[in-house]
Amino acid sequence: MLRPLYPVQPGTRTVLGITFFVLFVAFWAWITLGGHVNRIFLADPLSMLKDGWRLLVEDRFWLDILITIWRVFGGFVLASIVAVPIGIAMGAWKPVEAFLEPFVSFARYLPASAFIPLLILWAGIGELEKLLVIFVGSVFQIILIVAVKVGATRRDLVEAAYTLGATDNGIVKRVIMPANAPEIAETLRLVLGWAWTYVIVAELIGSSSGIGYMIINSQSRLATGQIIFGIIVIGLIGLLSDFAFKALNRWLYPWSLA
Amino acid sequence: MSKLLIEGVSRTFAGVGGGQPVQALQPVDLAVAANDFITILGPSGCGKSTLLRIVAGLEAPSTGRVLLDGRAVTRPGPDRGMVFQSYTLFPWLTVAENIGFGLREQGRPERERNEIVASYIDLVGLRGFENHWPKQLSGGMQQRTAIARALANDPEILLLDEPFGALDNQTRGLMQELLLGIWERRKKTVLFVTHDIEEAIFMASRVIVMSARPGRIKSDVPVDLPHPRYYTLKTSPEFSALKAQLTEDIRIEAMRTAQTQSAQA
Repeated sequence: MLRPLYPVQPGTRTVLGITFFVLFVAFWAWITLGGHVNRIFLADPLSMLKDGWRLLVEDRFWLDILITIWRVFGGFVLASIVAVPIGIAMGAWKPVEAFLEPFVSFARYLPASAFIPLLILWAGIGELEKLLVIFVGSVFQIILIVAVKVGATRRDLVEAAYTLGATDNGIVKRVIMPANAPEIAETLRLVLGWAWTYVIVAELIGSSSGIGYMIINSQSRLATGQIIFGIIVIGLIGLLSDFAFKALNRWLYPWSLA
Repeated sequence: MSKLLIEGVSRTFAGVGGGQPVQALQPVDLAVAANDFITILGPSGCGKSTLLRIVAGLEAPSTGRVLLDGRAVTRPGPDRGMVFQSYTLFPWLTVAENIGFGLREQGRPERERNEIVASYIDLVGLRGFENHWPKQLSGGMQQRTAIARALANDPEILLLDEPFGALDNQTRGLMQELLLGIWERRKKTVLFVTHDIEEAIFMASRVIVMSARPGRIKSDVPVDLPHPRYYTLKTSPEFSALKAQLTEDIRIEAMRTAQTQSAQA
């Protein structure tokens, strides 16, 4: 019986979660190995694994993986270093917000991928261009979300700090910043997920290395097994970095846990 | 000379969406002697919290002024410690760090801070919980920490805005005795806002009764019950007589509030 909002047992939850993966792969195997689709357009799971193994062992695909990871984190760290202080300043001081908020709101709707041709003109097709794509895609998002979180700092905590003798400066440093640190870290975790989509787009255009390059390269050779393997690798790395980020947040901010 | 002087303090809020301005507080005059325990009693919405926030410097009065030791209050400061009804401990600091927050903001050296913090942890009975996070504490323990945090600055006056309002009845009774015990031993000027008649009498050396909105002082009732006070006092005939008198006062105001609300509806 399905009752609305009724919790599911942990064991059942795991089994159900795995079941979907099994069904998904089974369906994929059935339509490919069973000959229901053209092999040229969709590889079956076994040849995907074979292609993936060959990529890793013979084509040194792990170097592409490493370079993509470096681009994501490089661009993301740059964006965070710039965006977090600006976001905090906007949230804390309303004139700063009034000054920057309209522009940042506008800028965040500019699609990062549309900047790629321009960034190639400016920075060439080297690493700097890849980092800049991710930077452009992340920086305005981080600024806005951080500004909103900081702007919503609990007023009663700020008032309590004032009655304890805190100065304006002390309020920003020792109330607003620590109060919002876990939320800011959560924001960064979210935006890191988006950065993974920007990096692949950046690598599809004017690139000679990286997971995205391998994917676009495989397309011209109709190697769908390799493409699917590349996509799955991206998914797995994203999942792993997400877990790592969550664990880091839990370790840094034990007080915010329920 | 009075410790605290409230002179013609009123507060009017701007109307919402171009509506009529709302007067929350009619001009109030009040003189508080040093080491007096004053409770401000009134129905909800009578402006008693507004008055307290003006004394704290968290809100500016529309007219009048507040003098503490002869100096005008313009902004919040460590000379006026405040305990709020909502739980306002800093969740990222431990109990000990919360209590030491004000001392740290004033740049007191760490060793001195630790000594003061330890003495206040003992005072509110939180030994063994120094390194707990606020969310690991019960509501009563959080408010005990908040009281210790406000007292650690050794303020000239302690302001409490319905500090036990969110606690269950039993905890509330224990907290009243704890706070009163501290006051009996250490002597401090206290302004304590509440809507609970029993609490107002039990704690106070003087009860200020406020009228329904717009708030003003309706009566000023001295409470000459002996100290130290224990919970048994609440069932004594003297206490009951005072309670009957104040219940009558407050009831009229509560009815008036209910009438204005239904008239507006």
